[in-house]
Amino acid sequence: MEEVPHDCPGADSAQAGRGASCQGCPNQRLCASGAGAAPDPAIEEIKEKMKTVKHKILVLSGKGGVGKSTFSAHLAHGLAEDENTQIALLDIDICGPSIPKIMGLEGEQYVEDNLGVMSVGFLLSSPDDAVIWRGPKKNGMIKQFLRDVDWGEVDYLIVDTPPGTSDEHLSVVQYLAAAHIDGAVIITTPQEVSLQDVRKEINFCRKVKLPIIGVVENMSGFICPKCKKESQIFPPTTGGAELMCQDLEVPLLGRVPLDPLIGKNCDKGQSFFIDAPDSPATLAYRSIIQRIQEFCNLHQSKEENLISS
Amino acid sequence: MEAAAEPGNLAGVRHIILVLSGKGGVGKSTISTELALALRHAGKKVGILDVDLCGPSIPRMLGAQGRAVHQCDRGWAPVFLDREQSISLMSVGFLLEKPDEAVVWRGPKKNALIKQFVSDVAWGELDYLVVDTPPGTSDEHMATIEALRPYQPLGALVVTTPQAVSVGDVRRELTFCRKTGLRVMGIVENMSGFTCPHCTECTSVFSRGGGEELAQLAGVPFLGSVPLDPALLRTLEEGHDFIQEFPGSPAFAALTSIAQKILDATPACLP
Repeated sequence: MEEVPHDCPGADSAQAGRGASCQGCPNQRLCASGAGAAPDPAIEEIKEKMKTVKHKILVLSGKGGVGKSTFSAHLAHGLAEDENTQIALLDIDICGPSIPKIMGLEGEQYVEDNLGVMSVGFLLSSPDDAVIWRGPKKNGMIKQFLRDVDWGEVDYLIVDTPPGTSDEHLSVVQYLAAAHIDGAVIITTPQEVSLQDVRKEINFCRKVKLPIIGVVENMSGFICPKCKKESQIFPPTTGGAELMCQDLEVPLLGRVPLDPLIGKNCDKGQSFFIDAPDSPATLAYRSIIQRIQEFCNLHQSKEENLISS
Repeated sequence: MEAAAEPGNLAGVRHIILVLSGKGGVGKSTISTELALALRHAGKKVGILDVDLCGPSIPRMLGAQGRAVHQCDRGWAPVFLDREQSISLMSVGFLLEKPDEAVVWRGPKKNALIKQFVSDVAWGELDYLVVDTPPGTSDEHMATIEALRPYQPLGALVVTTPQAVSVGDVRRELTFCRKTGLRVMGIVENMSGFTCPHCTECTSVFSRGGGEELAQLAGVPFLGSVPLDPALLRTLEEGHDFIQEFPGSPAFAALTSIAQKILDATPACLP
């Protein structure tokens, strides 16, 4: 399981191949030769592969459990309702790959003719298999997903990520650097405990120059199915996403309320839109998806203008 | 308990409990915080180690954000949350110059910090050290377990929510525990239902039953279900002591029962 030493200084560090912990590592000679410092050839290879992919959207959050995978899945479902649009959903949450379950897939990779899914979850033989990998191996998997999967002609590639700001996030931004990412959609819930992590994520995006399409506030209010009155399960004690977005000057794409049917449908691997087409949550999703499409199209025409001018 | 390693800063810690989940956002930090508070109210001396480097939530949950960390002759002094020094905390959150600063580190650097956290915090004498972890089964978890192994942790508390999507990740976490030789003390199901404050109807907001089914499937104890409780969520936002302030609240009974099970499962100390 171990491919690199515990105290690996990093293949691109000044100590690569020369540190005490490098002794005996199979990559020692390669690192010491300075190969690690050269740009990874995979970046160009991925750029080539991505030429047939029109729009690339990352779904991020500093915080876990806010609904990134749920959102990614439903963004994919929503966009795929137009049969002429080809959608690809890539799940790079290697330790906790939720997308297969949410999309109702055990092994097949196409949900619809125009909606394909790739996840490390498909490579695991049992639901109990744990992917206990350190960073470098996770990075290798992400590189493989991006470089070796035959994506074909895709209108939207949606990349679902794990929580945090670590290997997976750095790698996906690095590997897609030359291929140009349209932007990131950042998911939060209204509480400060989420917002404090999401602010970090926004700063991460700015640091790596990843455009931010906007923020989605999920689990924003709960309507009791019995009495129909609204309560705040996750109170926005510090102003919620709205205030954070104002402070950090990022767009708030919308708020999605908590609907128990969302969780139930995710458990069954079905699109929530089909089960509850009139739910306030469905309407919120649709409005957010439209705004994302508008951002991507605006982006595309700006690029086309630049090329033709 | 005999220390299997050279005496160090963990030599005075009697019992170490890790709080894990394959899944993010299920309430690991919440359960870690409330377990620590409940154990302290039961008269124990408790420390909390927050090794979630990317999303350190615990300082805020205990009203300790912005506190400074000092060096003492044995290493870092943990932040004490009360005058009696019965509850202390160490988190990377204290080391960030700006709270909005992202810790964007790859695995090897995270491993190095975790090793330091585990060995260089001068905890002193503690009955329990509760270790809160980030979601997943990766660098942080391996580094934490390897660093704690010489001190023979009591075991892991594994947190899930009722939905299949959580249970799916938590099954993998149980495999991780088995592979790394970490005993699973039990499963806690969090966010089990919400009682509408207007009409008292209880709704399964995040599906139902997953935690108990998983415990049965995996052959580990089921420690209890904690409902979604607005009072709990509010005190976490504001950094107050839920166990002290809301004894009548729905989540109180569940949390104190879980703490009692931990106390009951703790072996009596050898002389």
